[in-house]
Amino acid sequence: MAKQYETVIGLEVHVELATKTKIFCSCSTEFGGAPNSHTCPVCTGMPGSLPVLNKQVVEYAIAVGLATNCKITQYCKFDRKNYFYPDNAQNYQISQLYLPICRDGKIEIETSTGTKSIGIHEIHMEEDAGKLIHDEWENCSLVDYNRSGVPLIEIVSEPDMRSAEEVIAYLEKLRLIVQYLEASDCKLQEGSMRVDVNLSVREAGAEEYGTRTEMKNLNSFKAISRAIEGERARQIELIEEGKQVIQETRRWDDNKEQSFAMRSKEDAQDYRYFPEPDLVPIEISDEWLERIRANQPELRTEKLKRYKEEYDIPEYDAQIITGSKKLADLFEKTSAICQKPKKVSNWLMVETMRLLKENDMEPEDISFAPENLAKLIELAESGTINSTVAKEVFEEIFRNNIDPNQYVEEKGLKTVNDEGELRSTIEKIIAENPQSVEDYKNGKEKAIGFLVGQTMKAMKGKANPGLVNQILKELL
Amino acid sequence: MANKISDETIEYVSILSKLKLTDKEKKQAKKEIGNMLDYFDKLNELDTTGVEPMSHVFPINNVFREDVIKNEDQREDILKNAPGVKDGMFKVPRTVE
Amino acid sequence: MSILSLTAVELAAKIKAKEVTVLQAVEEVISQIEAKEELYKCYVTIAKNRAIERAKQVQEQIDSGNLTGPLAGVPVAIKDNMCIKDMLTTCSSKILSNFIPTYSSEAVIKLEEAGAIIIGKTNMDEFAMGSTTETSAYGVTKNPRNPEHVPGGSSGGSAAAVAAEECFFALGSDTGGSIRQPASYCGVVGMKPTYGTVSRYGLIAYASSLDQIGPLAKDVTDCATILEVIASHDEKDSTSIKREDTDFTKALVNDVTGMKIGIPQDYFMKGLAPQVKEAILNAAKVLKDKGAIVEEFDLGLVEYAIPTYYTIAAAEVSSNLERFDGIKYGYRTNEFDGLHDMYKKTRSEGFGKEVKSRIMLGSFVLSSGYYDAYYLKALRTKALIKKAFDTAFEKYDVILGPVAPTTAPKLGSSLNDPMKMYLSDIYTISANLAGLPGITLPCGKDEKGLPIGLQLTGNCYQEKKIIQAAYTYEKARGKIEWDQHSEEV
Ligand SMILES: [Mg+2]
Ligand SMILES: [Zn+2]
Repeated sequence: MAKQYETVIGLEVHVELATKTKIFCSCSTEFGGAPNSHTCPVCTGMPGSLPVLNKQVVEYAIAVGLATNCKITQYCKFDRKNYFYPDNAQNYQISQLYLPICRDGKIEIETSTGTKSIGIHEIHMEEDAGKLIHDEWENCSLVDYNRSGVPLIEIVSEPDMRSAEEVIAYLEKLRLIVQYLEASDCKLQEGSMRVDVNLSVREAGAEEYGTRTEMKNLNSFKAISRAIEGERARQIELIEEGKQVIQETRRWDDNKEQSFAMRSKEDAQDYRYFPEPDLVPIEISDEWLERIRANQPELRTEKLKRYKEEYDIPEYDAQIITGSKKLADLFEKTSAICQKPKKVSNWLMVETMRLLKENDMEPEDISFAPENLAKLIELAESGTINSTVAKEVFEEIFRNNIDPNQYVEEKGLKTVNDEGELRSTIEKIIAENPQSVEDYKNGKEKAIGFLVGQTMKAMKGKANPGLVNQILKELL
Repeated sequence: MANKISDETIEYVSILSKLKLTDKEKKQAKKEIGNMLDYFDKLNELDTTGVEPMSHVFPINNVFREDVIKNEDQREDILKNAPGVKDGMFKVPRTVE
Repeated sequence: MSILSLTAVELAAKIKAKEVTVLQAVEEVISQIEAKEELYKCYVTIAKNRAIERAKQVQEQIDSGNLTGPLAGVPVAIKDNMCIKDMLTTCSSKILSNFIPTYSSEAVIKLEEAGAIIIGKTNMDEFAMGSTTETSAYGVTKNPRNPEHVPGGSSGGSAAAVAAEECFFALGSDTGGSIRQPASYCGVVGMKPTYGTVSRYGLIAYASSLDQIGPLAKDVTDCATILEVIASHDEKDSTSIKREDTDFTKALVNDVTGMKIGIPQDYFMKGLAPQVKEAILNAAKVLKDKGAIVEEFDLGLVEYAIPTYYTIAAAEVSSNLERFDGIKYGYRTNEFDGLHDMYKKTRSEGFGKEVKSRIMLGSFVLSSGYYDAYYLKALRTKALIKKAFDTAFEKYDVILGPVAPTTAPKLGSSLNDPMKMYLSDIYTISANLAGLPGITLPCGKDEKGLPIGLQLTGNCYQEKKIIQAAYTYEKARGKIEWDQHSEEV
């Protein structure tokens, strides 16, 4: 009988914090400027430059630590991690090894097999590296330090996960917490959340862990799932062939669905960490901690409870909406304007979800303003536009964040309630479709639907459907 | 000499330090590092059990900066001393094969 | 009397009184440099045109009453490890042979705001590693008191420039004695303030936890005046300390009555040259005669300071010097085969022997398996050394002792025996480990006419006590006539 293997997974999750400035200098963290336009002597490692810590970074790190049930290290320090690479301006990264800001946390995840607690070993603060661009023309690489010094927290889990499903559940939960805290937008594609997977396999029931590998370059949940399956299979194959798994860093290539060993022999992995002499220790007083605790925003569980009390929407809708900070914010803001939470929830659950799916987007990518959705709901509820038109207008809102009042006015999309105009159109439709009229008179109720449709078409969808029905029946 | 540094150690340390040494330099480094370490071993005469390692000499904590953008575009200055520049970036030997 | 023999404060007073113009002062210094540089080699860069330009601007500001400080118009030399905007800054290393910073060190900014005129950048041991200024990539500085001897180091160029009257004062940096020891060897006054008193922003780091900028000057008054100007709380340096008591010139008081001065017996063991010992004890007697209470005591741990210092300094330097990689600035090797080869060739060609040796030592003591045994052990010993000083300063206001075991050695005699050179730092390095202020000033000369330095060390933030003691001693001592060495060697 084939041996049974257990997969053991721990994650290192890097999250870019949503500060305005970098961790050790006053440069902007804004994404997408011209190369090296958000740099200064500090974040490019110029001789004689010195780091000064951004307080907001510490506050975000503490907030995430509290929300993940960590113990906050009230006396913590930075250390230097030494390694040469061109994206690392000083050739050392300022990070934390000996006294990371948070330790011993946990979060609960839900999977098909029930709830499970995943331990968080530590969370530490550190600086991001610059970006390397490869120039095929000149066969060289180019360095842009705009991202150098952007603050990161690295959330290191315990090796508590056993499947891709658990990994995804953990990541979604973690992402939601961080998003709710507004500490980061956590976009995998854009790299504001980056996941390294540490994976080993062992025979079912074994006590010792197997040798693990670390996998990088995982840009989506799908890639993470595939990489876990791929690496598990690769390690099992090695073991079955009697070979050794080598402890190494591997790069996942999602196109080839395969991972590759990353480092050359030239990189002895000995980071020679030591306390950063250019920064002083951080002492987090009880008062400071309490202040952050008191200012923690409402997290999902509390929000769900409040939705139940405050808004009359289905439990399922509440689950979905609170499953994204963006959706929850949109829901609350729109409801506050139009005072119709049920309608808001409907628009989010049905049309918004459909468009997100069609466009392969995440809720975080939504760009329309709550004001415009509220206006649309008003237009639809007052009968100014009919439901078909409302859906059309919503697509415009979703795509271009248009003002629906203006749009409806300009495009002449208001519902036609003029009985005379409707009656003459319907008379024409009846005259043009004698067969349907015949069918209806012979008891085929369905035929009326066709005639309504024809009328709506003739009226470019703007007719009041109730009125059309009424007049049709009368004329027939 | 108590601290005999092996050739492998010198090789390893030169990789960490990103230095390329001639054979003569290696030999000399071996001797010098060995001598220094012998000398450092003098510290073992001291009992430091229970003594907290002191990295910062004064107990000054919590030096922070507010999260406010102050730096303007300085890219011209930043690139001014670079041995190689292309498209506003630092030019380096290819980092991936 | 030539204006070159004036102190900085005296010169500023004459400029203020319109007896001398700023341009005159600058031009005199430049002609002195032109006359003496070939022999002494104090400078790496001489910024003649910039100085003349600045002289005109400063003169206008003085004339309009906008600049009234005690250093306005005074020519100053800056050690070449402090960045100055648009001025070559090399750290006396080939690896920075073409580095022109786009920003200035905070200490330099403070000096320029006060109207001092930067004349140039002084020679030093490469990246401040050395005690003789012989490891510079740009030539060896000679001791103006006797050019067959070294000026000390690493701020040897700064000390020699002051001694040779090639400037009126200079800035140096002190990581293990690099201001105090060359000041002593060259017969000038040098001071290292309490760690964190002068901003390190723009100072190219050797060992960040030990480095401190300070003045080298002709007398104690100048020293206190300069320190008062450059001391600042700088938000760009996290280790910079907010102090209210930086009015150091207030301590220029000729009185030590009741001051408690301790002399560590452990400083007078083997290795200390008899003439140095004698001069130091004489100086102690002078202070005692002036009313100080002078006692010998046992400081302890003195011999452990050197291995502690060299372990910590090597560790930090191995990391601090990683940024010199041929990518962002400085020297890059011509031919290479890929990234790692570029790194290795650039650094091997760009750094000198002593620098490479300490980088490797530092990488080793931090490497996995050795961190606890070497680096952490040194940090624990540092804590004990700090405690020994805390105990001493419970009893004494000032600790008095020698600066170095001998006077300046002959050129070329130290580098052959690095261990001996390291050992000569024994009296200066503990002040860096414990963050303490120290001042050195001449207290005699040996049979070769070489200066002997007296060192006064204070508790942290107690610069005023050592300034007061040094000032009182200087007044009682009177002027020392140095031998003239104008002939070629
Ligand atoms: Mg990390
Ligand atoms: Zn910056």
